[in-house]
Amino acid sequence: MIDVENLALGFGETVILENLNFSVQRGEVFVILGGSGSGKTTLLKCLVGLLQPLRGSVRIEGATRPGLNGEPPSYGVLFQSGALFSSLSVLDNVRLPLEKWTDLDDAATDAIARSKLRLVGLEGFEAYLPAELSGGMKKRAGIARALALESPLLFLDEPSAGLDPVTAVELDELILTLNSSLGMTMVIVTHELESIFKITRSCIMLDREAKGIIAQGDPRELREHASDQRVLHFFNRTSPGA
Amino acid sequence: MTDRTFEVNRVDPEADRAELRFSGELNFRDTSRLWRDVRELLERPARSVRFDLSAVEGLDGGSTALLLKLQSELSERGTQAEIVGAQGRVRAMLDLYRAHPARLAPPHPEDAGFFDRVGRLTLEWLEDLRAMMAFIGDVLAYAISALRAPRSVHWRDLGDLMVRAGVDGLPIIILINFLVGLVVGFQAAVQLEQVGADILIADLVVLSVVRELAPLMTAIVVAGRSGAAYAAELGTMKVSEEIDALETLRLDAYRFLVLPRLIALVVMVPMLTLVADVVGALGGLVVAVFAMDLTVAAYLNEAHFALVDLGSGHHVAGGLVKSVFFGAAIALIACQRGLATQGGAAGVGRATTSAVVTTLFVLILVDAGFTILGHVFDF
Repeated sequence: MIDVENLALGFGETVILENLNFSVQRGEVFVILGGSGSGKTTLLKCLVGLLQPLRGSVRIEGATRPGLNGEPPSYGVLFQSGALFSSLSVLDNVRLPLEKWTDLDDAATDAIARSKLRLVGLEGFEAYLPAELSGGMKKRAGIARALALESPLLFLDEPSAGLDPVTAVELDELILTLNSSLGMTMVIVTHELESIFKITRSCIMLDREAKGIIAQGDPRELREHASDQRVLHFFNRTSPGA
Repeated sequence: MTDRTFEVNRVDPEADRAELRFSGELNFRDTSRLWRDVRELLERPARSVRFDLSAVEGLDGGSTALLLKLQSELSERGTQAEIVGAQGRVRAMLDLYRAHPARLAPPHPEDAGFFDRVGRLTLEWLEDLRAMMAFIGDVLAYAISALRAPRSVHWRDLGDLMVRAGVDGLPIIILINFLVGLVVGFQAAVQLEQVGADILIADLVVLSVVRELAPLMTAIVVAGRSGAAYAAELGTMKVSEEIDALETLRLDAYRFLVLPRLIALVVMVPMLTLVADVVGALGGLVVAVFAMDLTVAAYLNEAHFALVDLGSGHHVAGGLVKSVFFGAAIALIACQRGLATQGGAAGVGRATTSAVVTTLFVLILVDAGFTILGHVFDF
């Protein structure tokens, strides 16, 4: 579904990542992981069209990397903070893409938006403003908004970061439900090990010094059999100096 | 509809019993047509309705939501409605969207009508006033403690704040006050020429500018520039938890943020007002020289007479004293509104608007207070 070839990313003359090559299969939960500053979010921003690559290409469904040029989005994005529009109620946040990109009448828009909120466990919070929600609820509302247009592809930036363990597990379960029941393809940026082992069998690991991918595959196998010490340290939570 | 991916037909196997038979792919892009078609088919009433999905090959979330909504609406109207025949992924989708029962959300405050709103707004206004008074009290207390321990104030920002409020604001202050002097001069010229008292244009322009217009116009510009900037800056810091971070570092916002801004405006607004006095008077001079054929010397002599000989310098000093209070009011209101910001980006916008509107109101109030006191005590 997504093909990344020889991708290089950076700002000005500073190269952050280079020679990136990987593919994401349809219906897969694919995780981009790595330590802080390794370029995970930068890569995600490029995949969703917010950042132009220095070199290389990203193809989604065979088409060149989508821009943000007035076409309906072919994917949903959950930003790290939820990125809900603070002046709009939770319901209006979810209604917004439907109003912009469909010709549904008001009742139908409302019904669909409410169903998305119910799906993510936020029924009853429709009239709330984002400032009145907890961090986990904001992320759920962000997912509901990302689901509004029935996109088959969802990008999530650190979905469980900053959440308590119970809420993080609930969010992981929601991700798995969306993947298994709706067949959605998910690309998730995270460094939460518990989440990684639970939600995916396919990941790439980025490294700041290598400026690229240092491991690729099933995280369980990488934890046991990776030859690169940086990968072993990451998955086994050990310090390089220990 | 050549690109339609679904069909829906109504069959009535018995009187009062309707069956809607769906076939094909019910996908999101066709949802609006699905919604319209189904509603049309349901216009003829029936006691019971079955949505038969046995020939449906695919169903996405949006279509599922609409089918469930229709089923719920029919049930509420007393029509027995059921969805039947779903298989495989179609059934899984229905189960997924049905599987989330309502959670108990705490009740969200709703408006109870006009009087409720008036009552709430009154309480909010009173609370706002109390918060402002408490804030001013706190700032005074911190200012007094800062006199005893000057190093506790974050002086490093002061120079930059003064440049931003003063030097950067000079061009617009000069332009506006020159134009104000010009406008007052032209208005005065028309009247004074009728009674042959042309020379009094200097008295009228200079006294109006120095006592009222220059301090007020300068304060309004500073409120729009620096006041709005302070409220937005502190508001953004509040919503992004920077203020909390300051508190945890035991760097209280009053000494770190408020006092430097207060001092910057208390110093810079009178200085800008002094500049405004001069350029406002120059606006009048241009009218006097070019529209009334007075000499520069005559205008300046008359202005000097009005300000110094008649007023003993009280007029200039009065305007400058007023501008000190204006500067303090702008800084205090902007900082209070900024630090009280709640609710993300929209909250920052509300705080900024509130800071500017409240400041303009308070400036007029303070100005009126000074004018009345000046009249009563003859200064």
